[in-house]
Amino acid sequence: MVKYVIIGCSAGAVGAVEAIRELDPVGDIAVISEEPIPAYSRPMIGKYLSGEVNLENMIFPSKNFWEKQKVQLFLGKKAVKLDLTRKEIELEDAEKIGFDKLLIATGSKPIIPNIEGVTKKGVYTFTRIADAEHIRETVYAIKAQKAVVVGVGLIGITVTEALAKLGLKVTLIGRRDRVLNQVLDQKAAGILEEAMRKEGVCIVKGRTVQRILGRKDNDDMVGGVLLDDGSAIECDLVVFAVGVVPRTELVINTELKINNGVLTDRFTRTNIPDVYACGDVAETYDFVVGKQRVLALWPLARISGRVAGYNMAGLKLEYPGVASMTALNHFGVPIISVGLTTQSGDSEGYETLVFHDQKRRIYRKIMLKSGKIMGMTLVGDVERAGVIFHLMKNKVNVEDFKHKLIADNFSLASLPETLRKQLIWEVCNEFHYSPK
Amino acid sequence: MKRVYVNEELCMGCGLCEVYCAVQHSKSRDLLKAFKRETPKPVSRIKLLQEKPVSFPVQCKSCRDPLCVSACLSGAMHVDEKTGSVIHDEERCIGCLTCVMVCPIGAVRINPNNSETVIKCDLCQGSEIPACVKFCPNEALTLEER
Repeated sequence: MVKYVIIGCSAGAVGAVEAIRELDPVGDIAVISEEPIPAYSRPMIGKYLSGEVNLENMIFPSKNFWEKQKVQLFLGKKAVKLDLTRKEIELEDAEKIGFDKLLIATGSKPIIPNIEGVTKKGVYTFTRIADAEHIRETVYAIKAQKAVVVGVGLIGITVTEALAKLGLKVTLIGRRDRVLNQVLDQKAAGILEEAMRKEGVCIVKGRTVQRILGRKDNDDMVGGVLLDDGSAIECDLVVFAVGVVPRTELVINTELKINNGVLTDRFTRTNIPDVYACGDVAETYDFVVGKQRVLALWPLARISGRVAGYNMAGLKLEYPGVASMTALNHFGVPIISVGLTTQSGDSEGYETLVFHDQKRRIYRKIMLKSGKIMGMTLVGDVERAGVIFHLMKNKVNVEDFKHKLIADNFSLASLPETLRKQLIWEVCNEFHYSPK
Repeated sequence: MKRVYVNEELCMGCGLCEVYCAVQHSKSRDLLKAFKRETPKPVSRIKLLQEKPVSFPVQCKSCRDPLCVSACLSGAMHVDEKTGSVIHDEERCIGCLTCVMVCPIGAVRINPNNSETVIKCDLCQGSEIPACVKFCPNEALTLEER
């Protein structure tokens, strides 16, 4: 029997191992992953596809991490069965591993729409390093010139940029009226869209792909897509980036409670004793909207993994919860968006502060409720983001200086003295996701 | 751990901390050569914040539980095992700005010479006293263990 077993070897597992080892330097830890290589930075696969980074620089969090932490890795091995009564996991090759504490960190998997032609050669998703490798091979093998990316979220934007950097003519298709519709409003999205078009990306909005078309000379290979308005777009490859869903297939037939993801409490525990869940597969508390939700974001996976690790090792540590938070820097447009960001105008007790300078491509928006920050969007000039996020997390009443938040020269120096001194000199000694 | 502390009341907002920070991180480490001859232009890793009458520079404090390290997408931000300070490995940085989003004091900046990476104070690795502390004419900056 192994004391701690973690299924999944990515950001969540890294966080958990770090925390467990802080408290328990000797307890056995086993990590099981179906991928053949240990954790790597998934958000870097865009730069890997475009050839800007190599695999060595993607090893996450650092080389020799698993060795140093004395973790037994089961790589390239899929966990196929989970027996919660016997506290046992069965691997694809029939090997069985018993556990004392279990962390489900299986992450999420991309959605592939069930449409005609989707099995043709040249249809991809984009969440793993293998996806980047396959796309790159195809691009070189058939000298691809045109690509279609479906989905305007973070992954869609990332793969669009990578393909554009490889010299492909990319058409980005989204069913919504703007890119990044889940985290940006119309104006913020507009700035990014303009920058994308300048780089030659064609953006088609309000459309869905109905069918994948074959090539004239070979129907098994992608030749284009057919949209719901009947128009066709020629292309050599298609990447679907229409969202991800928690990977629950291992736990779906167990007693574990699942809603959208595996349900967890404020201590990352599931409904079964000794079984924890973190990251993309888990449903956790969102402290901005005050509801349970699944948020598939890398930093949250590592942090929730860490909280899970402490709890698994016997320390009761509460997870402050998640918030929608997105930072991106594609097509030369830095963007940071946190909390409630997609609404515009004042409604239902919300107040919106906006600064927009079209020429400089700068946009700032702060959403307030009863004097407290509920959301921020910063485009073009983002260096103040952390300070505002900190005020938001700590539910500081900003009523008296709210207009400064969107002013050009806002910084720590703009804050009232007591608040500022507290922020600077105390925050650096605080523990956010660690035991005191 | 030793950190750079600011006595706001003593800061005149002269900006020499930025100047000497840039020099310290330049190729020549010579004031005149660095600004006159070097390309790319040397950049300061710290930023003088001003909203009159208040002014002070902000440096990375190497937090005890650094949010930038927990949130980093690439592993570029990490804690030095020996010193406990937060180190940013520019080679591994992809400029995703997640650290900028979570740093509670806004100590991380987009690199003006390469917007696909960020920069922050590295406490002048290798020198005993950071340049900003050493050259502050009014002794507003101190390196202390508090």
